[in-house]
Amino acid sequence: MNETIAMSIQASIEDKLQALEPDFLQVENESHRHSVPANSETHFKVTLVSSRFQGLMPVKRHQQIYAVLAEELSGPVHALALHLYTPQEWQSRGGNRPDSPNCRGGSQA
Amino acid sequence: MSDTIENIKKQINDNPILIYMKGTPQLPQCGFSAQTVQALMACGERFAFVNVLDNPDIRAELPKVGNWPTFPQLWVEGELVGGCDIIVEMYQNGELEPLVKEAAARANDGNEQPSA
Repeated sequence: MNETIAMSIQASIEDKLQALEPDFLQVENESHRHSVPANSETHFKVTLVSSRFQGLMPVKRHQQIYAVLAEELSGPVHALALHLYTPQEWQSRGGNRPDSPNCRGGSQA
Repeated sequence: MSDTIENIKKQINDNPILIYMKGTPQLPQCGFSAQTVQALMACGERFAFVNVLDNPDIRAELPKVGNWPTFPQLWVEGELVGGCDIIVEMYQNGELEPLVKEAAARANDGNEQPSA
């Protein structure tokens, strides 16, 4: 039996990132801020808090996410803003994450 | 190994401060590249850049070199420092400027003739 569940890319990202055992996870679709068709799923922002990031430099933290989302990034996802914190860092920031920049390019950029 | 990857490795080795971006520092073609290059320019050192929109082969191959799928990418002394989120955060908390200035200083030392 072949059962296909149509999952949005956003839901799939949320699902896969559970592998990092997040204390807090927020996936935001920011595609509407870019020059792509309405209801696109191309530009995302992820805020993820996990004790797995303890002692890891920023590049290593990002690479962990890229490994988990390799499929999405090699296909439909064009931009992925990542804000990755340990529980302590998140607490000291008061739960704030930075804003993403606005688009500067055309649909091919 | 493809020529493109050899070319990328040479760029990374030859340029102590190197940004791969969409567009140019004067005319970035992407908000993420714009923010990153602005932070880098604010550090006040010379740097090299590659516009990946003009170099589709580099755009395709670079993600494999650094295990990093998106642009921009800032490389300092042969190491990937990060993309937009990391660089902007490092700039804001004061870590980017010393990193860039020290790399520039070491590069300048290396180019000078040793004094007797």
